[in-house]
Amino acid sequence: MQTKRPPFWQREKYTPYLLLLPAILTILFVVLLPLIFSFYTSFTGYRLIRPESLWQWVGLRNYERIFGDDDFWAAFVRTIVFLTIALNLEFLLGLGIALLINKITWGQRTLRTIMMFPMMFSPILVGYQFKFVFNDNIGILNNALESLGLSDGAIPWLVDTYLANFAIIFAEVWMSTSVFAILLLAGLFAMPRDPIEAAKVDGCNAWQVFRHITLPFLMPFVFIAMTIRSLDVARAYDIVDVMTGGGPAGRTELLWTLIARTGYDNARMGQANAMGYISIILSIAFTYYFFTKLIASRRYMGGAD
Amino acid sequence: MAEITLDKVVKRYGKLEVVHGIDLKIAHNEFVVLVGPSGCGKSTTLRMIAGLEDISDGAIRIGGDVVNDLPPRKRNISMVFQNYALYPHMSVRENLGFGLKIAKQDPKMIEERVAEAAETLGLDALLDRTPAELSGGQRQRVAMGRAIVRHPEAFLFDEPLSNLDAKLRVQMRTEIKKLHQKVKTTVVYVTHDQVEAMTLADRIVIMRDGNIEQVGTPMEVFDHPLNTFVASFIGSPPMNLLPATVRGGAVHFTDGKSLPVPSRLAGKVRDGQEVTFGLRPDDLTPQGHGIAEGGERAQMELEVILSEPLGTETILYTTIAGQEAQGKMYGPRPVSPGERLVFDVALEKAHLFDAATGRSVAAD
Repeated sequence: MQTKRPPFWQREKYTPYLLLLPAILTILFVVLLPLIFSFYTSFTGYRLIRPESLWQWVGLRNYERIFGDDDFWAAFVRTIVFLTIALNLEFLLGLGIALLINKITWGQRTLRTIMMFPMMFSPILVGYQFKFVFNDNIGILNNALESLGLSDGAIPWLVDTYLANFAIIFAEVWMSTSVFAILLLAGLFAMPRDPIEAAKVDGCNAWQVFRHITLPFLMPFVFIAMTIRSLDVARAYDIVDVMTGGGPAGRTELLWTLIARTGYDNARMGQANAMGYISIILSIAFTYYFFTKLIASRRYMGGAD
Repeated sequence: MAEITLDKVVKRYGKLEVVHGIDLKIAHNEFVVLVGPSGCGKSTTLRMIAGLEDISDGAIRIGGDVVNDLPPRKRNISMVFQNYALYPHMSVRENLGFGLKIAKQDPKMIEERVAEAAETLGLDALLDRTPAELSGGQRQRVAMGRAIVRHPEAFLFDEPLSNLDAKLRVQMRTEIKKLHQKVKTTVVYVTHDQVEAMTLADRIVIMRDGNIEQVGTPMEVFDHPLNTFVASFIGSPPMNLLPATVRGGAVHFTDGKSLPVPSRLAGKVRDGQEVTFGLRPDDLTPQGHGIAEGGERAQMELEVILSEPLGTETILYTTIAGQEAQGKMYGPRPVSPGERLVFDVALEKAHLFDAATGRSVAAD
């Protein structure tokens, strides 16, 4: 007698896919469909206030406009500069904090918790907080500087091109340095003590131990933090929008404030989506770069103990 | 190449004192092994010599200079760690040459030294691998190579073999001994394994609870243990230590059995003294199954409880003074439990320790 094959949903080969199906469907509906939809709209003259414009196919015109748009490229370059400065500052400060906290034994847990406070605030609130710190009339910073006799006039922290960008980077660094500090501290905790002692006996001074032993060991952790943070910073929106709104006159405009303005304020959703796709390529480029670095730095870390 | 002197060295962690003022003089090119159970302070002592731990009190001299306040890098010593402590992101070649590179030596000279060390340790074929690609024994060899390329004043070994499997451990032990014969240098070696200590050392330092119990050549500490701790720690299977009382020139055990006081110790004990009678299993042998006949002998009839054949010899378990005691049977024949045998006791090799202090009566 020939045994009948069970129906395909009962065969072992398909079980994993069957179990994953709800997740796959969810991702399909909430991620993939919107992605495809927005990709389509980037080839139309879609405006939120005129739904019928969704069918108005304009080909590559949105992309042509963007590539010829100086404001877009200014925001693009500013985003890269912003990202580079913020990530490097956060890395250096985070590393310093992690190394210091790693040294102390008493109160380490408390400090670790305190260090995470900035991460617990909503970015919007951080933005408001620093908006008031840097406000030229009522801001605490200008008040302090004047009381101490360090300046005699109101410094336009959020108006001047350089000062405004500095202020935003300051807020960003204040909020996110602890991400680096925590990840690097985890790295320091995981670090074996023996190679460090071996290096000391081998003739290294404190700096050389750090440079040749500790830092190479920490690099995988650095790159993990860099990957996460580069994605975060590349889509920076909330802090900037609250503190300066991208202004004045576009001096602090980053990609996502520009995209939001184009899509919602100017209602040009098709063009905004085209910008979104270009900025996604930027994020992918950064992620790819840090991932390559991460894999390279992790190659030798296995089996060292 | 230097002698190392420890002068009343103390180590305290807060209020806890773990090394209590030890004195030790290690001669130029000598191989000294610090041995003792875990927590005896041997590793701490080694790490103080290396400069990885501060010295709370006393002084350590290397080559005549007090090094108390010198950081490890200025002491010109090399150390081999229990977990090898190789630099995981460097190749074997870079690992070996790292110390010299840090010292800004001429690259050509570094290359020569690395090649020389690689040849000594048979690492030539592995130079371009990373530590992750090496076996345990190979890693240990790289760790030793890293120590020898710098031509240091002294080598420090911190339980270097304890992470290897039994077979490899014996093999590496021989290699370390060969290495010391080839590269004549002062060596301080820490282990908890008394066999390693016996086989490698010029002199053994036996430590317990932060004190040095005895210092001597392997044969000295084996043949003349200063106290019951050394007696039980050195030698495998361990020495039988049996409580007894001296009365009328004889040692009386609690179970009524007795043995004459060994003649060399006759003047050292007094009547009524509570003692511990020490006898190695090798010196408690069934008649006709000992190694050396003759000498000062006494006989005891004992019941065998258990026998463990090892091939060339059999370990026999019996009871003396209510305690388990071990004897050895050379040229063994099968022995069944419950069998009563007459044992030869080699009295000239027996030891007497004062029961109260644990010290050997021969030492006073």
